Amino acid sequence: MFELWYAITALMLAMYVALDGFDLGAGILSPLVARTDSERRQVLAAIGPYWDGNEVWLLAAGGALFVAFPRVLASGISGFYFAIVLVLWCLLGRGIAIEFRSHVTDPLWRSAWDFVFAAASTLLAVFFGVAFGNLMRGVPLDKDGWFSLVLFTDFTARDPVGILDWYTILTGVFALVALAAHGALFLAWKTEGPVHERSDRLARRLWIAVAVLWPIVTIASNGVNPALFPGMARRWLAALAVALAVGGLIAIFVGLRRQRGLGAFLGSCAFLLGTIGASAASYFPVMLRATGGEALSITAYMGGADEAGLRTALRWFLVGLPLALGYLVVVFQLHRGKAVAARDGEGY
Amino acid sequence: MDDLVLHRFQFAFTIVYHYLFPQLTMGLALLIVLMKARGLGPGGDRWNDAARFWIRIFGINFAVGVVTGIPMEFQFGTNWARFSRHAGSVIGQTLAMEGLFAFFLESSFLFVLAWGERRLSRWGHFFAAVALFVGSWLSGYFIIATNAFMQHPVGHGVAADGTLRLVDFGAFVLNPWAIAQYAHNMLAAVVTASFVMAAAGAYYTLAGRHQPIARLFLRLGVGVGLVACVLVAVTGDRQAKMVARHQPVALAAMEGRFESGPRAGLVLIGQPNVAERRLDNPVVIPWMLSFLAYGTFHADVPGLDSFPADVWPDNIELLYYAFHIMAGLGTILTAIALLAVLLAWWGGLERSRPMLWVLMLAFPLPYIANTVGWMTAELGRQPWLVYGLFRTAAGSSPTVHAGTVLFTLMGFCGLYLVLFVLFLFLIGREIAHGPGPLIPVEGAGAGVAHV
Repeated sequence: MFELWYAITALMLAMYVALDGFDLGAGILSPLVARTDSERRQVLAAIGPYWDGNEVWLLAAGGALFVAFPRVLASGISGFYFAIVLVLWCLLGRGIAIEFRSHVTDPLWRSAWDFVFAAASTLLAVFFGVAFGNLMRGVPLDKDGWFSLVLFTDFTARDPVGILDWYTILTGVFALVALAAHGALFLAWKTEGPVHERSDRLARRLWIAVAVLWPIVTIASNGVNPALFPGMARRWLAALAVALAVGGLIAIFVGLRRQRGLGAFLGSCAFLLGTIGASAASYFPVMLRATGGEALSITAYMGGADEAGLRTALRWFLVGLPLALGYLVVVFQLHRGKAVAARDGEGY
Repeated sequence: MDDLVLHRFQFAFTIVYHYLFPQLTMGLALLIVLMKARGLGPGGDRWNDAARFWIRIFGINFAVGVVTGIPMEFQFGTNWARFSRHAGSVIGQTLAMEGLFAFFLESSFLFVLAWGERRLSRWGHFFAAVALFVGSWLSGYFIIATNAFMQHPVGHGVAADGTLRLVDFGAFVLNPWAIAQYAHNMLAAVVTASFVMAAAGAYYTLAGRHQPIARLFLRLGVGVGLVACVLVAVTGDRQAKMVARHQPVALAAMEGRFESGPRAGLVLIGQPNVAERRLDNPVVIPWMLSFLAYGTFHADVPGLDSFPADVWPDNIELLYYAFHIMAGLGTILTAIALLAVLLAWWGGLERSRPMLWVLMLAFPLPYIANTVGWMTAELGRQPWLVYGLFRTAAGSSPTVHAGTVLFTLMGFCGLYLVLFVLFLFLIGREIAHGPGPLIPVEGAGAGVAHV
């Protein structure tokens, strides 16, 4: 049951990255691919029906963590207090930028929100990458399972650690490039005209950067956390996830060459799901790694959950997850086809 | 400065601010469904025009509700880590269910409702409104069920390490406290939305604008408002009886009742003097509290002297004032709605300028009543986070200290102030623009050309 809920939590988080990732990526790229107001609105029209629902996956992942591993949630979220609050503020600014921009036609008003949208999207991608790096590297948990982190120390990724060091900055950059690349494929699939052209061109370059950075980040991860490769070698799920990521990467380049927008985008989703899945499977059973020694790490078995409560939760989860996926299908069906900029007063 | 005070104040500030928006959207969701239902029939165009205006207001409120709601979920982890560790396997259930069952539904259909009128059939658009109504009211239930566990814990057990465990899922989700509180709270949200709608109708009528539709706003607003006000009082009575049974010390503090005894009077006016342990210059209806709380005029109602001081709510004055303001405003709102309905019945509502002025200016009152109502519930729960089981003082994050919280609290204050200015600006524009017909589509690409 603990293994299953570990997998569910990882799956929800991976879904969040794959889904909100494309609208974050669209936000990161919006100043580059969309230059006029109608092009910007085309970008917003492309992500408009999805972004709010995509963000719910983050809340759902948080909910799964809360019910299944309350100790992990309590230590992890309070230990990263400042970073989490900054994430919340960025999410706030970004949501307001998307929703409020179209209400007023004044070009200054719109430019201001375009800036907020792009800046918050960029920061969020970097934050999530840095957070991932911190999980992989570990945090200074004490014997009661609490920690707090300073922003940076000596950038060595060795105790005493800070939120930022060479490794977490690397993962932050990787997340930024990967999500931008993901967003480029989404925009290339969902738009026409100049936005499509620019997104397509950017996607080619960005995915080459991802393909180069990915092995570097993987090797660096094992450098700061030597338990990762042995964990990966032991578990067939990790191998499967790596295969999914590699397959996704191939599908992207094939899709880009043959101008198959949807195929390339699905490949990019598979790459992100595979990367997160492989990391989670190799990391298991640890959920919060301690830099002060393995004994201090919090694992899935001591995450604070109980079997009976998790069995109960599994029942409603198995009802709720198909519903959530069903809505996703309905929304994609309702908004199939290319996104066009809406008229004023009609949409984004 | 004390860490705990700031943790509490940050949560209180962010949740009071947040709840200004859902209370309108939850109530409005019901009114929009009613309008879209009328819009299905023959001659439904004006109802659809009316609904379209409120869907735009709904959209702005919903956006602010979403972005201020996300910090609420996260604060369980950031600021209340020891509480999350202690009770997470129980309250995590309802909080996670809210995401899965309510938020996905709402977020998937908001865009469809807001921008899909032209793409969908009348029935399709009606179903989008229903989906949003179901989503937002489910969301309300999961939050209330979480709060109800904190008010009146049921269905739980205690594990070997002292943390709480879920034992009986059915008892936990169908907590009788949750059902009473849910009915009271959702009806109060409908009161807010009804009074806001009536205020818009009154404003347009006084300004002589949007005449036929302003009349719909007025009549729907005061009609639904009156029904909701009466039901809020009925459900409030039920909830007060539960407080009397399960949190008698909270009831004593709400009423400023320092001494126990039979034939307790209901306090209308008075100032609690905690230092002297008495109520200054009280105006009381004799025997009424005994009757309301226990159903007989002779019932013994315990006062604060029946309980040790370490289980008293820690801010008796604020609790007392919050409760009395809520009850007083509830009475005033019922009277306004009743008078307006009677005038509408006689056909004089649109011509009665004083009544229109009252309706136009009364819309902040339900917001205040909802806010102080929640303050009554939450201050009455103190000093417990989970009533009788886990103290508030034991729940905050051990690694997050006062200076840090003060910094983020000030950040939230500043951001929320800016957000509120923007919100008022956009709502003001919508009100100034007013309801209008659906603009027919002319030529493709029209939107690209016009900026």
